Amino acid sequence: MLSPYLPNTDADRRAMLREIGATSVDELFQDVPEKCRHTQFSLPAPLSELELREELRHLAESNTNLEDYACFLGAGSYRHFIPSVVDHIIGRSEFYTAYTPYQAEVSQGTLQSIYEYQSLVCQLTGMEVSNAGMYDGSTAAAEAAVMACIISKRDKVAVLNTVNPIYREVIGTYVEGRDLAVETIGPDASLPADYACLIVQQPNFFGCLEKIEMYVQKVRDVGALFISIFDPISLGMFRPPGDYGADIAVAEGQPLGIPLCFGGPYLGVFACRKDYLRYMPGRLVGKTVDVEGAPGYVMTMVTREQYIRREKAISNICTSEALMALAAGVYLAAVGKRGLRRVAELCYHKAHYAARAISKLKGYSLVFERPFFKEFVISCPLAPSKINEVLLQERIVGGLDISHMIDNGMLLCVTEVNTKEEIDRLVEILASLQGEGTHE
Amino acid sequence: MNPKEYKYTREHEWICLEPGNTGKAGLTKYAESQLGDIVFLDLPAPGTQVQQFEKMGEIESVKAVTDFLSPASGKVVEINAKAVDEPKLVNEDPYGVGWLVRLELSKPSELDALMSSDAYDKYVESLSQEGSE
Amino acid sequence: MSKHDLLPDISKPGKIGYSLPELDVPPSELPPENLLRKELELPEVSECELVRYFTALSRMNYGVDTGFYPLGSCTMKYNPKWHEDIPSLPGFASAHPLQPEETVQGALQLMFEVQEYLVEITGMDAVNVIPMAGAHGELASQLMMKAYHQERGDRDRRKVLLTDSSHGTNPATSSMCGFEIGIISTDSEGNVDMKSLNTLMNDKVAALTLTLPTTLGLFDPHIAEISELVHKRGGLLWGDGANLNSLIGYVKFGDLGFDCVTVNLHKTFSTPHGGGGPGAGPVCTKQKLVEFLPAPLVTRECGRYKLVAPAKSIGRIGGFYGNFGVLAKAYAYIRSLGAEGLKQVAQDAVINANYIKEKLKAHYHLPYDRTCMHEVVFSHKRQAVKGVHAMDIAKRLLDYGLHPSTVHFPLIVDGALMIEPTETESKATLDEFIQAMIEIAKEAETNPAILHSAPHNTPVRRLDSARAARQPDLRWEISETKIEQ
Repeated sequence: MLSPYLPNTDADRRAMLREIGATSVDELFQDVPEKCRHTQFSLPAPLSELELREELRHLAESNTNLEDYACFLGAGSYRHFIPSVVDHIIGRSEFYTAYTPYQAEVSQGTLQSIYEYQSLVCQLTGMEVSNAGMYDGSTAAAEAAVMACIISKRDKVAVLNTVNPIYREVIGTYVEGRDLAVETIGPDASLPADYACLIVQQPNFFGCLEKIEMYVQKVRDVGALFISIFDPISLGMFRPPGDYGADIAVAEGQPLGIPLCFGGPYLGVFACRKDYLRYMPGRLVGKTVDVEGAPGYVMTMVTREQYIRREKAISNICTSEALMALAAGVYLAAVGKRGLRRVAELCYHKAHYAARAISKLKGYSLVFERPFFKEFVISCPLAPSKINEVLLQERIVGGLDISHMIDNGMLLCVTEVNTKEEIDRLVEILASLQGEGTHE
Repeated sequence: MNPKEYKYTREHEWICLEPGNTGKAGLTKYAESQLGDIVFLDLPAPGTQVQQFEKMGEIESVKAVTDFLSPASGKVVEINAKAVDEPKLVNEDPYGVGWLVRLELSKPSELDALMSSDAYDKYVESLSQEGSE
Repeated sequence: MSKHDLLPDISKPGKIGYSLPELDVPPSELPPENLLRKELELPEVSECELVRYFTALSRMNYGVDTGFYPLGSCTMKYNPKWHEDIPSLPGFASAHPLQPEETVQGALQLMFEVQEYLVEITGMDAVNVIPMAGAHGELASQLMMKAYHQERGDRDRRKVLLTDSSHGTNPATSSMCGFEIGIISTDSEGNVDMKSLNTLMNDKVAALTLTLPTTLGLFDPHIAEISELVHKRGGLLWGDGANLNSLIGYVKFGDLGFDCVTVNLHKTFSTPHGGGGPGAGPVCTKQKLVEFLPAPLVTRECGRYKLVAPAKSIGRIGGFYGNFGVLAKAYAYIRSLGAEGLKQVAQDAVINANYIKEKLKAHYHLPYDRTCMHEVVFSHKRQAVKGVHAMDIAKRLLDYGLHPSTVHFPLIVDGALMIEPTETESKATLDEFIQAMIEIAKEAETNPAILHSAPHNTPVRRLDSARAARQPDLRWEISETKIEQ
């Protein structure tokens, strides 16, 4: 079959087979049991690039394009502005077609940019050391929980009940997979002395800022580890985990220059205290010198990783999300000191403007009184699912229906991407929906 | 090559008896050459009880990690802080300044089970021959 | 900008690299002081300088688009360019994973079809595309196998068997699932030592994990026997599909006796490696394990696509539905080649590897002199006599403008050189590589010093890894008053 991705001609194949001493390519498969060869594979007939582009465009178009809608949905995946410079840099094929940088001398681009990413994460979070990234926020949290158990030699993990429910599930899968235990606790619960860690999300799943000192104290009282799941954009304004005493800090890095893309690829940000360096999963890039004394970068402390430590490794992680870490690094460098603060403030003020306006509507109220950042929960006069149906017709994607957690509860998110017009429109439509789905 | 007065284990640790029932222990030249550049020593804290042939620490090189097994039973009384700060001393002088721990021995007769310098030399030679086949 | 500058060196107060609108709503009261951060020390660079900096970095990198990349078991094949445009199609790029299902039918359909294609390609019964890397898929698989045995009340199966040639992720995964491991040796032919397997396989073993072809690039002809033995003693047979490039379109894992396999979209299915991800490692399973698959999967009912959790799912292993952007590229790849094209891929991959084997076996020691599959493993044995090791050979290849093969893996071959050309390399490139390797073999005889000091022509020379590990320098630091590195 001819394909632009198969550069050898039949003449090439014949020449090589001659060198090999085989009369046909089938001879090279002689070790495969006879009856298992030449199986029929039922797949669609191949299409040309032109035809396939049409098919894929069609598939993409049968999704609602949020670019044409106002979106107030967050809950772990966020619409933030992505400076165009990010895509152009990660689109350079020297970056995206490279392998994991084992041969450091020809991978300085990847390595140095990861060193930058690690540094930027530390500056952002106030933590002492960051790795090169994990799969996503949820698995970063899960691996942090396991790491805490290994460091403390305890086998129980506590998670606050205001942590994202999906994250709690993933933490459960990983922790219980190792035959360790995980328990969800409420804000007033005490932390027993045989727990390895407490995991708190800041801001929490409902958008609120937790009374973080209280939880850090509970953890210190029993010599456990404090794990914080943070929102990277919130750190443009709010106290970072390194400041309030996190031992391990993890996050979903998607808000840092990575598109929504139906849930992936994303990025697990993972940072911790220097003391725990040898327990940290994932890759680490370090600075060194070459034989001529020139600065250079290598993957380092590789004896933590699976290809050396094998069954003694803390994690099996190998391939992670390096290109997304590059995107996050470029984003942080592009927005920089002023820009991240600006993004955070825009989110904050727009979200508060929206919350205030909605809370004034008859039948709607703000559920929590805690300070919040860009997400907040409202209680609605009718089922959020009904409200969202109406909103969709008005080309608005409403917040997450969390009525199974809070009566008629909806989790709304407002970012720098939402305009005043969009917010006013949302408020207008909500105002018209007052109980029993009636419009006024 | 290997100090005559030291005793050796099959896992390439050595122990050197000192007056007063203590002994210094470390890794042999063979071990350090197999490991390559040593970068980190994970040694037991003074006061730790150890058993002969059981793991008491880990030695990390750039490309490998190996268990450090105790050549004798007893209590750790001192670790070589200089080597902890500069792990390359273990590569440079594994029998001298690159020693790892000092133990107070609980059963000195255990040392009879270890190899003499000559026996260890022969043992290492046999390993090298195996490797080249 | 000097060659060794980092962002703090380019940074200067007052520069900006962004452009954001003004606040268009009345500002609200800020939260209490004690919640706010005092300073935020990030670099300040202009967009111009940022682009120049990262462009310069990219030019120090070697990718598949730069040249030959024969890393064994990594399948560094060409990444079709138009695939890169797919995730940015309107409707994909801005699809929120929590949007109502009826508004993302196109994305769900794509995921469903990838599931179906992988079922067909692997000869399994169901697929979950969530795992975001091979190791992630391995984790899902071993958790599923654990759940399978426990569900049947078979709680004593606490061990997983692997071969001594297995990739490090295999035993690391077993530990993550609370399993002990048992190691089976490889015999002198490069196959599973059946005596070793017979001894270790018993009713305390949950599964045998096998890479096929093995990491030696060899297809074990006794696979039917192996499968029978494992199943007879109540165990499961799991396959690491990293080497699928040699079998795709030709042989189905399901027909070989595997109960569950993972495949790597960033290997066999042409999605780019990205310098270490993103990837995707879908888990494909036979009927007996389907109910344990991670949540959720995509199903189709009356033409509508839905996300459902299998009845006895091991639970969620990720925040959403895996790496959709990666799945979309693999989808396009499968549809552009079809069954015939994929078979050609396997055939060309195997021809290319055997060609290299024939041309180099006079110059490098070949531990297993038999037909290989998509990759061939040599050893540095002949060169080691002159004090030249696999790493030196690798570093010298860099001077020839070629990326080295994998070195020092698998561990059972002393000084292994694992070469996987892939099918996207022309005979001309293979000949260039062969020539370079022959030159290097000569240099090992006549001028070993040049190999020890290699590489000479790269952006940096050989790097001091010992120093990096002894004195970890993992970040620069900017504080308010000074810049430290």
